[in-house]
Amino acid sequence: MRYVLRRLGFFLLTLWAALTFNFLLPRLMPGNPALAMLGKFHGNLTPQSLNALEILFGVNTHKSLPVQYVDYLHQIATGNFGTSLDFYPASVDSVIGGAIWWTLGLVGITTVLAFVLGTGLGIVAAWRRGGRLDSLLPPVFVIASAVPYFWVGMVLVLVFGIDLHWLPYVDGYNVATDTPSLSPQFIGDALSHAILPALSLLITTIGTWILTMRNTMITTLAEDYVRMARAKGLPGWRVMLDYAARNAILPNLTGFAMSLGFVVSGAILIEYVFNYPGVGFMLLQAVQGEDYPLMQALFLLITVAVLVAILIADLATALLDPRTREAS
Amino acid sequence: MALQATVETRQLPTSQALSRIGRAVRSNRKATVGTVLLAIFIVVALFPGVIAHDSPTLDVYKPHLGLSLAHLLGTTAYGQDMFAQLVWGTQNVMIIAFTAGLATTAIAVLVGVAAAYLGGLWDASLGVLTDVLLVIPLFPLLIVIAGYAQGGSTLVLIVVITATSWSYTARQLRAQALTLRGRDFLEAARARGERKLYIIVVEVIPTMTSLIVASFLTNALYAVLFASSLQFIGLGDPNTVSWGTMLYWAQNNAALQTGQAMWALAPGACIAALGAAFALLNYAFDEIGNPALRPVRSRQIKSRQIKSRQIKGSKRRA
Repeated sequence: MRYVLRRLGFFLLTLWAALTFNFLLPRLMPGNPALAMLGKFHGNLTPQSLNALEILFGVNTHKSLPVQYVDYLHQIATGNFGTSLDFYPASVDSVIGGAIWWTLGLVGITTVLAFVLGTGLGIVAAWRRGGRLDSLLPPVFVIASAVPYFWVGMVLVLVFGIDLHWLPYVDGYNVATDTPSLSPQFIGDALSHAILPALSLLITTIGTWILTMRNTMITTLAEDYVRMARAKGLPGWRVMLDYAARNAILPNLTGFAMSLGFVVSGAILIEYVFNYPGVGFMLLQAVQGEDYPLMQALFLLITVAVLVAILIADLATALLDPRTREAS
Repeated sequence: MALQATVETRQLPTSQALSRIGRAVRSNRKATVGTVLLAIFIVVALFPGVIAHDSPTLDVYKPHLGLSLAHLLGTTAYGQDMFAQLVWGTQNVMIIAFTAGLATTAIAVLVGVAAAYLGGLWDASLGVLTDVLLVIPLFPLLIVIAGYAQGGSTLVLIVVITATSWSYTARQLRAQALTLRGRDFLEAARARGERKLYIIVVEVIPTMTSLIVASFLTNALYAVLFASSLQFIGLGDPNTVSWGTMLYWAQNNAALQTGQAMWALAPGACIAALGAAFALLNYAFDEIGNPALRPVRSRQIKSRQIKSRQIKGSKRRA
């Protein structure tokens, strides 16, 4: 229980840090960049959205910093992130609402796939120590970890999209002929558009899982209880899964939380390469269009998503690892 | 990432550790390949004019040329020589890799070791700062900062990357330094009446040389990847000659779709090769520090002998 409370406390602390950072950044930059942005749109904004932007970015205000901070926190807490300037007059909330499902689908499914496949491969590699898989994986992973995410996407676009004409490589669905709906035709279309981006993400993230799992498995396999299981004459797969893998998987779970940040940054670049209509692509559009309200909200959204995922991984660890329970 | 800490428990003075590293580089194949690759890039970065005779920025050639002897990698849509861009671009990447890598590692060493050695309130506050920075997704953070700065020169990229990415190393070094607390040679230094700064710099840090070198390699790798990514999405200075900006212009001109794949492929491959050099060296360090991870060859045979001996022994006891 104490472990859970500590993790919960840490979650709140990081959340507060991210919010505060988000508050301070535009105010600390030389010549508040939001001022120029507002100047461009000044005539076209309704007084309400102008007010919301002023609270978020601290422009045109005579209030002191602490008062601004309270106003800002209040505004965020009510979920009002202002008006998007690129998609004017749509509110930031509604713009993000349209993009988030694409990212959740793409990143969610790919991450689960990468975790399952990578962990499985890591288990087998460590079990067959010195085998073909085991000697092949480390050098391949070393190269893969050094390749820029977006470049993997570009190579896949070139090979499977442009040269072979096998798969679509632009947008999340065929924008010309399809409209988003729940029809089988649209879902099939969306899936075929997701294959290449998903593959790029999978290629760039799976190595981490394999290597973490393999390395922990190797340590675990040297434990006495594994030798004991072997001595009892248990079948090999039971020793591998129930005795070794079961204990070795915990660090991979924590590693999952740590590597989420990498998955997210990979997803941003890959969405950019494929013009995939998710939050990562939108973040870059917002940056390029100097749409600071949208950029700010997306940064907070991505950060909070990562923090929540880490919290969930922490809680899962608490549930699975008896050592965290002993403390209470 | 899955790069495990090289946990060296023995204390070695710097010179001895460095000579050990030298020997290891020669005996470990991964380390040899990494060193050779890195050496090539360093030479190219130091003497780009010797290798590429064309100017990287002059747009005087016929655009859209394919591979030829006059233009080894062809020319861009703007009529620039691509090979020259690639060669001259090495400089920018190497500057970022080494400056940001060194600066990140230096900050991490200071924060990590100070937290561990000073303890108490220092440790608590530095620890919280490190942990918070560790979980906030770095790349979106970099994008937002670069976005407010409206794109950045190389210096801005280096400063931003350094300021945000020291936390992982700091945490590792703190853990390493904690294992040293209360050791006799530190007690002796304290008894001699040395100042804290002296103890940290002269007594504690040299014992962690191999971990610090390994951390530098990781940080340099990430600096290359982050900087190139930022340049690729247009948050660097697009007029810099660099691999990341080459990719930016390639993407903006739809190089893949217009049959100019080399424009995107070549700089990406270079980033991967330079990154691989750092990663290979780092991986070799892991193997040197953690013998359990070394490839099994002679070791396997030995452990089999030990195992069979143990089985025999247990049978005898039974």
